[in-house]
Amino acid sequence: MSLDYVKFTPGFESFMPKEYRDMVAHGPFGKKTTVSQMGSFKEILEEHPMCAGCAMTLFIRLAIIAFPNPEDTITVGTAGCGRLAISQAAIPFVYGNYGDQNGVASGLSRGLRIRFGDKPKDVVVMAGDGGTADIGFQQVLHSWFRKERFTTIMLDNEVYGNTGGQESGMTTRGAVLKMAPLGKKFEKMDMVAMAKIAGCAYIATVVPNNPRRVESCIKKAVLIAREVGPTYIQAYTSCNIEYAIPTDQVMADAKTVEDDRYKFAEYVSEDAKAYLAERYGYKEFIQKPVAAVTTV
Amino acid sequence: MDSTAIIGTTNKKGQVITDPRVMMNDAPRTPSFFTGSEVIKEAVRRANVDVMVAYPITPQSEAAALCGELFAEGYIGDYFRGESEFAVMSQCAGAAFGGARVFTTTAGPGTMRAMENFPMWAGSRLPIQCIVTCRGINSPLSIQPDTIEIAYLMNTGMLVWHAETAQDFYDWILKGYMVSEEPDVHLPLALCCDGFFVTHTKDVVDLTPVDMCLPPYDPYRSPVPCMDMECPPVRMMRDPFVMKSNYISYATHASWQQEVWAAAERSRKHTIAWLNGLIETEDVDADILIVSSGTAVSQGREAIRLLADEGIRVGLVKIKTLRPWPEEELLEATKHASHIIVPEFNVIGWLAKEIKATIPNSKRVVAGPRVCGGMTLPPEVIVEEVKKAIGIRSGVLAGRGG
Repeated sequence: MSLDYVKFTPGFESFMPKEYRDMVAHGPFGKKTTVSQMGSFKEILEEHPMCAGCAMTLFIRLAIIAFPNPEDTITVGTAGCGRLAISQAAIPFVYGNYGDQNGVASGLSRGLRIRFGDKPKDVVVMAGDGGTADIGFQQVLHSWFRKERFTTIMLDNEVYGNTGGQESGMTTRGAVLKMAPLGKKFEKMDMVAMAKIAGCAYIATVVPNNPRRVESCIKKAVLIAREVGPTYIQAYTSCNIEYAIPTDQVMADAKTVEDDRYKFAEYVSEDAKAYLAERYGYKEFIQKPVAAVTTV
Repeated sequence: MDSTAIIGTTNKKGQVITDPRVMMNDAPRTPSFFTGSEVIKEAVRRANVDVMVAYPITPQSEAAALCGELFAEGYIGDYFRGESEFAVMSQCAGAAFGGARVFTTTAGPGTMRAMENFPMWAGSRLPIQCIVTCRGINSPLSIQPDTIEIAYLMNTGMLVWHAETAQDFYDWILKGYMVSEEPDVHLPLALCCDGFFVTHTKDVVDLTPVDMCLPPYDPYRSPVPCMDMECPPVRMMRDPFVMKSNYISYATHASWQQEVWAAAERSRKHTIAWLNGLIETEDVDADILIVSSGTAVSQGREAIRLLADEGIRVGLVKIKTLRPWPEEELLEATKHASHIIVPEFNVIGWLAKEIKATIPNSKRVVAGPRVCGGMTLPPEVIVEEVKKAIGIRSGVLAGRGG
């Protein structure tokens, strides 16, 4: 959007809700805010109805702060806890049907490209593990195989939280949950491997404990998705209610899970590395000159 | 944006963006001999479509593929094959949320698989056009003509029109966008026809000039915000209603559902202007009427001819729009009739049920003849139904028992 949209029409400022005046004066639009500045600016996601101690909410806040261009970003999601927070953010949130977020995002990304050409309009999907790996599986995989240019973020709490704690494909084997009364019978789905096979240009697994790392991953994922190809971030965002994690131990749990099955891993395709280096000056991806090969 | 300012300019294919009323009502027409599928292609060529998503299912596959050729020629902005009808309709929704003019086609089981999307489209006020080339949805599997899927579409909040001929189809695809995209309507349109009978037969269709096209869609005429982040970044929602069990939440949902159906009702005035009425009538002062939609109307016309040869006068009502439902028009058109025959291509007789629920003295309605599963509807069967209704014994038709 034009940043003029964020400004007030002269003379109307005092009639606007305080919330909006604060957004204009202290919001992140048109500024380069970072997660290190949290608490010193008005965030795009503030109010939300999530449970106390919800790690998912923290992750969503971090992710939205990390959007490289929030004034031209549209989020897409589906049913689940995350949707309850994301839909209250000060950027548009598109909700289609159950599990069709990657289909909606495919159409949205293409429609926006037709209308706005080269002007970046970032489309970011944020959906849960059930929405991504179970009911949305076909559309997720096909959007990756089609090389749709948007970011998919899985908010993985390893359970259907919003419907009250049922097993999902991302639940670990053996976990006793609703609809798995004898414990889950099969392994946690390896969606990272599937993202690789399907051709995602950037893949990362993160936990919310390290805000700067989350920020870095989200930024790269969104930038790469503009031109190179689909990107996937899988975030562990525990459900402290269904897994009975005491509120004050949510971060400790995330650390334990990080050490166990959520070690930080990042895959960047060669095309994506070159793109980040050339277009956005990412130093770590600038190719070093190859030493001259000498023939004997 | 002043949408009249672009009239007379050209699109990227060099077509002149034309006032739709001039294009549809005044411009010269060229008679062309085409299949229904080819007619769909020719209408889309002139519709300035931004995005089409395709998926194969008989009998719409040919039309969907022909639109792919339009994309290759540059007439459609983007085109791809989705992975199922549910996915296709979600992809269509995404493109429409982003402010694109969207076109798609489906049929039978595809319509059913996509069904979750249709009330969502209506509730989200996405003016997508979906061609439905009706076919059987029953088990055992059938690919043959059958209109039962329309019964489901009628309760989604979409506009639902039922074309009789390829000419209807051609005109209504173009006019459909004009009605759908009106700010006080802004609803998706299910433009239905009877599969095979319309899609796979050739007919003479009068086409508008190929160098004229509709004005592009203007998403800022939408009654709800376009999801393109080109508007002030207000928080659109607080306390998501989905989770609340209180009166405000119920009232919000209830009033929005009522608004969606009210929008369909508001389409009436635009539709009447574009389609010259929601129904078409002939000789409705007759004691006997055939009332139908789709190709059953064509068979009804033949039956009326046969009956006229025997001195039996029968009138005709062709229902063009099922949503909005032409209640007032039907009350007026049927007020003289003692016998109302409703031929249909489906087992349940959804049209007869709607008519019975509309008019006084519904015992006048004969819910038939009905054929299904791919059977044809010979005019003689309608003739027999008419004679039976008025108490004339007729010869037994082959295969129908004694």
